[in-house]
Amino acid sequence: MNRSILRLFSVVVLMFAVLVVWTSRWTVFSASALDHNPLNKLQYYASLEVKRGEILADNGEVLAKSVKNSNGTWSRVYPQGSLFAQAVGYYYPQQNRIAGIEQSRNQALSGVQNTQTSLFGSLNGTTAAGNDVYTTLDPTGQALARKLLAGRVGAVVAIVPQTGAIRVMYSNPTYNPNNLSAPCPPNPEGIGCQFDMATQAGLAPGSTFKLVVTAAALNSGKLTPNSTFAGPSPLIVSGTPLHNDANISYPPGTTLTTALTDSIDTIYAQVGQRVGAPLLQQYMKRFGFYSVPPIDYPAAQMRPSGEFYGGRFVPITNPNMDLGRSSIGQGDLEVTPMQMAMVGAAIANGGTLMQPRFTTKIVNSDGQTVQTVAPKVYHQVMRPAIAKEEEAMMRSVVISGTGTAANVPGLEVVGKTGTASINRCTHGPRINDTCPQGVPIDDAWFVAFSELHPTIAVAVELSDEPNGYGGTYAAPIAAQMLKTLLAEKQ
Amino acid sequence: MRARNWELVSLIPASLLVVSGFAAVYIVQANKLESVSLIYGGIFLGLCVAANLFIRVTLPHADPFIFPLVAVLACYGLVMVYRIDGAALARTQAQWFVLGVVLFAATVILFRDYRRLENYRYLIMTGSVVLLLLPRVPGLGVYSGGAYLAIHLPGITFQPPEFAKIGVVIFLASYMRDHRQVLTAGHKILGYRLPPLKHLGPLVVLWGAAMLALVVIGDIGSSLMLYAALLAILYVATDRISFVLVGILLFAVGSWFLATHIQHIDARFQDWLHPFKPSIYYAPLGSYQVANAQFAMAAGGLFGQGFGQSLLFIPGTTNALIPFPSTDMVFSVITGDLGLFGAVGLLVTYMLFVSRGFKAAMLARDSFSKLLAVGLSTVIAVQVFVIVGGVTRVIPLTGVPLPFVSYGGSSILANFVLVALLLLVSDRARRPQSQTVSG
Repeated sequence: MNRSILRLFSVVVLMFAVLVVWTSRWTVFSASALDHNPLNKLQYYASLEVKRGEILADNGEVLAKSVKNSNGTWSRVYPQGSLFAQAVGYYYPQQNRIAGIEQSRNQALSGVQNTQTSLFGSLNGTTAAGNDVYTTLDPTGQALARKLLAGRVGAVVAIVPQTGAIRVMYSNPTYNPNNLSAPCPPNPEGIGCQFDMATQAGLAPGSTFKLVVTAAALNSGKLTPNSTFAGPSPLIVSGTPLHNDANISYPPGTTLTTALTDSIDTIYAQVGQRVGAPLLQQYMKRFGFYSVPPIDYPAAQMRPSGEFYGGRFVPITNPNMDLGRSSIGQGDLEVTPMQMAMVGAAIANGGTLMQPRFTTKIVNSDGQTVQTVAPKVYHQVMRPAIAKEEEAMMRSVVISGTGTAANVPGLEVVGKTGTASINRCTHGPRINDTCPQGVPIDDAWFVAFSELHPTIAVAVELSDEPNGYGGTYAAPIAAQMLKTLLAEKQ
Repeated sequence: MRARNWELVSLIPASLLVVSGFAAVYIVQANKLESVSLIYGGIFLGLCVAANLFIRVTLPHADPFIFPLVAVLACYGLVMVYRIDGAALARTQAQWFVLGVVLFAATVILFRDYRRLENYRYLIMTGSVVLLLLPRVPGLGVYSGGAYLAIHLPGITFQPPEFAKIGVVIFLASYMRDHRQVLTAGHKILGYRLPPLKHLGPLVVLWGAAMLALVVIGDIGSSLMLYAALLAILYVATDRISFVLVGILLFAVGSWFLATHIQHIDARFQDWLHPFKPSIYYAPLGSYQVANAQFAMAAGGLFGQGFGQSLLFIPGTTNALIPFPSTDMVFSVITGDLGLFGAVGLLVTYMLFVSRGFKAAMLARDSFSKLLAVGLSTVIAVQVFVIVGGVTRVIPLTGVPLPFVSYGGSSILANFVLVALLLLVSDRARRPQSQTVSG
């Protein structure tokens, strides 16, 4: 009998082995898949018991906070409604949805700790609480941006060039993070309300891109502000005629400064060709093109800038790229307003591009600062002297060129307009860059800072304006932003 | 060292477990628990020492590790009940342990010569069948989850299968002892030795009873447990693997038929196969329970979240996240709190307990004792497999208590009787030969 008892015992051992294997299957091997199963509400329930940290503006105003419900659980509230929706994002664990700073700083906000601290935490009898995230965002500037955009689709981004602090990031359309299920009112562009125009939109930069071309031309020594060109209109570029605005021709001897001041397309097409695609590619990368911006913001909510062709980003050296038209910010170039603000910031900071960022510090529930985010150099774009030269050219744009609407007495605003063709007209077809039956619809841009107080660089973009000159639509907004933000600073 | 001193020393792991478990749970839930609740852990430890003293006197030769292993298992249960349902149920559970030890002592004293049980085997068998059918009596049975698993008497809810399983094992061990020769001696038909029908009769009846239990009370778990005990004892008694294979085949056919024809059994199968299909997850009798058990285990990971740390109730409500956290689903709570390490620790403890039972069977000198020890050990092993396998989705989930761990009086009482019988067998087996003659 003992022989069969032993055999039976081995069957029993096998049964226990199966149980151990299956238990390890769920606890270890499939654990991650189970944790992320949409039916799994554990994390959501756990989050209800945690007081999530606050997100605060630079003046201490609360942008996101947790409030206790009568049943002891916590809910997320955004006191500013839609004003900071894009930057702050939302935290909606019921549906596993999270965005913005809520997502990029989720670990700090939710108070995720390692096993040891949580063990000691529970021994102390303290309840779990998240850390507060202090941001660079400026409520006054943000509110002004909303007021100036006045509901139109577009974006305003303002960065402190010396530190990379993002002071303003406002865009339309927007949404109310307190009520994510609210319907999104339709807009002419057909963009979803949670789409972030400032960091997710791929837009033709128009003539604001000339800032990048100019930096490449000057810093490489290929040209100086006084280099001269002829600007005939039309000029055959890549086999098709390119017209200047109002089809004006400029005589030989026109300087590069004048070309930027009056935003002469046929000259900048030649400048781009003089610089050459490989060099331009190099400077685009220095300005941050072809990378997702290094911001403490969810990568899924950002998009790189660059030549976008056939559904992907290609270098400007690609033979399908029209170098001449790219040099005036058209062709296949697609950029974000955030990227253009970075371009302005790099020039304003003497050619050094700082890493843009939202967070200044993270403070735990006891009021102790657990992390300080220091300014960080992102790229050295050009020499300080070259940045000064380009700044002078941009000053000329505001004094006597396309950007006079941005001239604020006492600030010495410098800037660059952009009027990006999107190949549409208000009526009828677009033929040879003109609209015979109506007026062209454009994206209006302005990139600016103050020469006197270069502590704010601002980029403004307005989508789909009829005859949407950057100098008419975007420049006044940029001027207002600079005036208000700099007044606040002083 | 003498066996009983080994036993006392072996109680140390259980003491550590109960002390650390109660302390940790108390610290985590200090806002909800009173410090007086810590004494239930103390009561339990005192009980273990008292049992050791009792065994010292009555069963001096019995296996020294069986009782300490039971103590470790019971610790898991007591700490988990304390952690899940708080002080009130921990007190009740501690009281059940007191009654369990009393019943244990009574069994040892009354059935000092447990072989007398053989005289009452048909009475025991009838009693067991009646017990199994009791939940079906109108007004007495409790219907839950598609099965009749318990009976309700004034004041208590009672789970008959827990006692029936012991009765069935006693009957089988005795019956097989008598019939093992004849079962292997029949005529050869087509090269296969068929046992004489009249001896096979009771076994066919048992198969029918197991199937009937399935249909009538809908209790897949208990019928699986009893049927496995039948096959185990049949195999050890006859050493015929063919009996086991035929038995498994019969059970499989019966189960397949029932699974496809009885709605709640079919639902259990669907829950098992597709727990994360939303239509099944949200259905009545759906996979919500087993799916959330898996989520809880995944949250536990390798080392768990700590005693009392994993989430059991939907915040802001008193609804359990996993239904029946302290009974059927206790294994998933243990895994969530203590991780794979704690869960494997529990399984290894069961494994060791069962192996000591088998050891007693090997050492026993008569067939009845051997079959009894094998049957009792197997029944525990299969019961663990049925419920842990159900929670971990090795097999469809059916509700049987996790022995010594799940909250519930009848389970604790019955299992203490089972332990008493095992120790009786062990004591007799390990007793020096001369004493056996005189005793």
